[in-house]
Amino acid sequence: MNKPIRTMSLFCMLLLLLLLGNVTYLQYIKAEDYNDNPLNARVKVETLSRERGSILVNGRKIAESIESDDRYKFQRVYLQPFMYAPITGYFALVRSTLLERSQNKLLNGDDNRLFVTRLVDLVNNASPKGGSIELTINAKAQKAAYDGLLALGDDVQGGAVAIEPDTGKILAMVSLPSYNPNKYADHDQTAVDAYDKALQTRADKPRLSRATQVTLPPGSTFKLVTAAAAMEAEGYRSDSLVPGGSSYRLPGTRLSINNGGRACGTDQIPLVQALEQSCNTTFLALANQVGQDKMLAQAEKFGFNSTLLDEFDDSEQAPSAYPTEEISDDFLAKTGMGQQDVRATPLQMAMVVAGIFNDGIVMKPYLVDKVRSADLDLLESTDPAEYSRAVSSDTASELRKMMVSVVDRGTGSVGAIPGVEVGAKTGTAENCAGCQNYSWFVSFASSGGKDVAVAVMVQKSDADYVSGSGQAGPIARAIMEAVVK
Amino acid sequence: MVTPAPGAFLGFVHRRRRGAELFLLILALAVGLGAYAAVGLGVDGEVPTDIVVYGGWLTALAVAGHVAIRLTAPYADPVLLPVVTALNGLGLAVIYRLDLAKDRSLAAQQLTWMTIGVVLFVLTLVVLRDHRILQRFTYTSGLAAIVLLIMPMLPLIGTSIRGARIWIRIGPIGFQPGEVAKVLLVITFAGYLVLHRDALALAGRRLLFIDLPRGRDLGPILAMWAVSLGILVLQRDLGSSLLFFGLFLTMLYIATERPGWLFVGSAMFLAGAFTAWRLFGHVQARVDAWLDPFAHWDTGSQQVGNGLFGMAWGGLLGRGLGLGRPDLTSISESDFIISAIGEELGLTGVMAVILLYGLIVERGLRAALVCRDGFGKLMASGLALVFCLQVFVVIGGVTRLIPLTGLTTPFLSYGGSSLVANWVIIALLLRISDQARRPIPDLSTESDDADASEQTQVVKL
Repeated sequence: MNKPIRTMSLFCMLLLLLLLGNVTYLQYIKAEDYNDNPLNARVKVETLSRERGSILVNGRKIAESIESDDRYKFQRVYLQPFMYAPITGYFALVRSTLLERSQNKLLNGDDNRLFVTRLVDLVNNASPKGGSIELTINAKAQKAAYDGLLALGDDVQGGAVAIEPDTGKILAMVSLPSYNPNKYADHDQTAVDAYDKALQTRADKPRLSRATQVTLPPGSTFKLVTAAAAMEAEGYRSDSLVPGGSSYRLPGTRLSINNGGRACGTDQIPLVQALEQSCNTTFLALANQVGQDKMLAQAEKFGFNSTLLDEFDDSEQAPSAYPTEEISDDFLAKTGMGQQDVRATPLQMAMVVAGIFNDGIVMKPYLVDKVRSADLDLLESTDPAEYSRAVSSDTASELRKMMVSVVDRGTGSVGAIPGVEVGAKTGTAENCAGCQNYSWFVSFASSGGKDVAVAVMVQKSDADYVSGSGQAGPIARAIMEAVVK
Repeated sequence: MVTPAPGAFLGFVHRRRRGAELFLLILALAVGLGAYAAVGLGVDGEVPTDIVVYGGWLTALAVAGHVAIRLTAPYADPVLLPVVTALNGLGLAVIYRLDLAKDRSLAAQQLTWMTIGVVLFVLTLVVLRDHRILQRFTYTSGLAAIVLLIMPMLPLIGTSIRGARIWIRIGPIGFQPGEVAKVLLVITFAGYLVLHRDALALAGRRLLFIDLPRGRDLGPILAMWAVSLGILVLQRDLGSSLLFFGLFLTMLYIATERPGWLFVGSAMFLAGAFTAWRLFGHVQARVDAWLDPFAHWDTGSQQVGNGLFGMAWGGLLGRGLGLGRPDLTSISESDFIISAIGEELGLTGVMAVILLYGLIVERGLRAALVCRDGFGKLMASGLALVFCLQVFVVIGGVTRLIPLTGLTTPFLSYGGSSLVANWVIIALLLRISDQARRPIPDLSTESDDADASEQTQVVKL
């Protein structure tokens, strides 16, 4: 019987070798795969149990992890939850969003930039701590934007973005209605689910950021893009004569669009006057004159049809839109005044203004300014990067001059700040018959080396009469004052 | 059959090696106690306060086993007891670690079970001075095994746990009769096969280079096949079904030296398993969870998936005892204890455990090789094989090599029946190896008896 016993011992060896091979595959080769599996609670618990780094604005924490006495060692806390929710997002059991998601490796301490810190922690037998990030946000501007929108009433829906034109730093980014990320960071999943469900069923969609996710017709503020396209294509300057008049017949239709009684001459007017008075007739004609290809190219140079923030996931922001498929001439004309199929976010419109102010160069917008270790040692600063050259330097400076005249002599007077160079463009856009109009105000301010480009959009407010200068204008001015004064 | 020529052993006398056993035993205790201390350090930052009592108790059990071997089986294999002590100590430490995470006290119960196991181990060695006595109980133990296997099906005492009806519960004491039946079945098979192996080995048809057994000899194999499928269908216990049938097949092969049995038996088992898979939802669920544990997350594959996550989380060196989250793995104190070990001790720890199992199997098969009587050979190889199969089925199931079947991990898993049965298996192996390694003069008369009885058997045919 010894021969079969020897055979069986070989068989047993084979079985055990199979086991050894399989555990090697599982624990060595496949381990990383399993650790990245979204169903894996272990990795999540581990990150929840670490001291996560803080998110700072002007040196003050807006998100931090404090020790908690439940089964996870730390609790994420947001100190100004509603104001900063569209920026920080939240860090929760099931998933994380926005900066909490994109900066996760750094915040939980796995980023390679924290290698030295990790090594020191290992030697000292300290539990690893995450790094901190310092945002580009200007706390005063953020507060001005938030308070300004909040003052429009309980039901307000709107967003505001401020950008530093020569760097692309986002100085303010606000959306209302907002939500409380602390409720998502709760370790009680049932409570989180209940809160999430309540938010998702609300008609005013508080989880959607009006600054980056909701795209609406930009209305007359888009005339800046139309003007830029026309100036680049036709060589117009601010004093060049362009079509004016009190009414414009949409090509191929019997519909006419007028100027709401503003002074737009009878036949030809200077471009600067057309912008000051926001003459629909001029920009409808210019859009047709320039053609869809050049309008589209100009809009895309400013950032239309692309997602703009690398720090947010594509699902967490919406690209602004200019039609890419061929449209009829009457529709094309209407895109010249930011209607028809043109859609924009406040972030996009702030980039348009920033590009115009910054000599025609649009800078890539960003939110994370500095990366610091847990001990707040500086590890890295983000270098500003060029997004595109939208218009020539000449066109840019002419447009900038014209935007100043909009404030000095035209529809944007509400943006004026004594002793400060301010340029602006208003917009009132309609989306559907019977709906409340959207109020837009885009502007820049420059004083004493401090510059800012702002876009404010009010989708809905308590006001009876809506105009760009009425609702959005004062908020834009408050944001500009917060930055330049 | 290769009859061991007595002359071959004359030049070589096995040494007792009890000193080596004692030394290895000290190492084994160091593993168990070290793990216990490490758990305390990892979880609470301090060595458990009861380590002296606990350590003393564990040492006393090991010493009791050692002394029993010295007195009753001085020539027994010196490696088995230390390996088993190390595994049992490690299992206790891991169960204690899970106790700390889940706030309960299974480790103390398991230590009680270990004590009972060691007592039975000593009793087996003391009472059973010659394993061949067991041959008298061939049919008795077969009957007992069947009764034990049927018991969970009975009303009142039978209990269903996690879908498998393999428990009996009398008052507060729960028991898995299958674990004991396992040992009894080995005795039955060995006794039956040693009598009938020549009949079973007689010429059959030769088909495609395989010697197929005679049709009329298929009776016992058909009976065993039916019993295995009965367990699978009625008790929903894939593991035991696979284990019993695999055990029977391999012992049949060893007894008859005819690989044809393996092919016939494997084909029958695969056909039966395939039919069961087509017919029964619980078998399908296991196979689905095996094929893709993440696609059926909410419908029952979480166990496998969480176990895999745990092992992956452990990686090469593990999180360290007390520093992982084995409590996130379901039933990690029992079927999935290897996941808990993989998480906290890493690939290194799991490999060490598998190698220890390999040592037990190898030592058991070695005792079978050296053993001089057919019954002893069959019993020792049967015990070693059932051990090997069980380790393969449970670890393979947990690590997704094969579909998961519910079986305990020998000596590691929490569970009294399994622990006690395994200690008895080791005692039986030691008894056989003691008989096998004993110097010839001691054995001469007994082996004459064995030869005589064998010759009688052959004549009877």
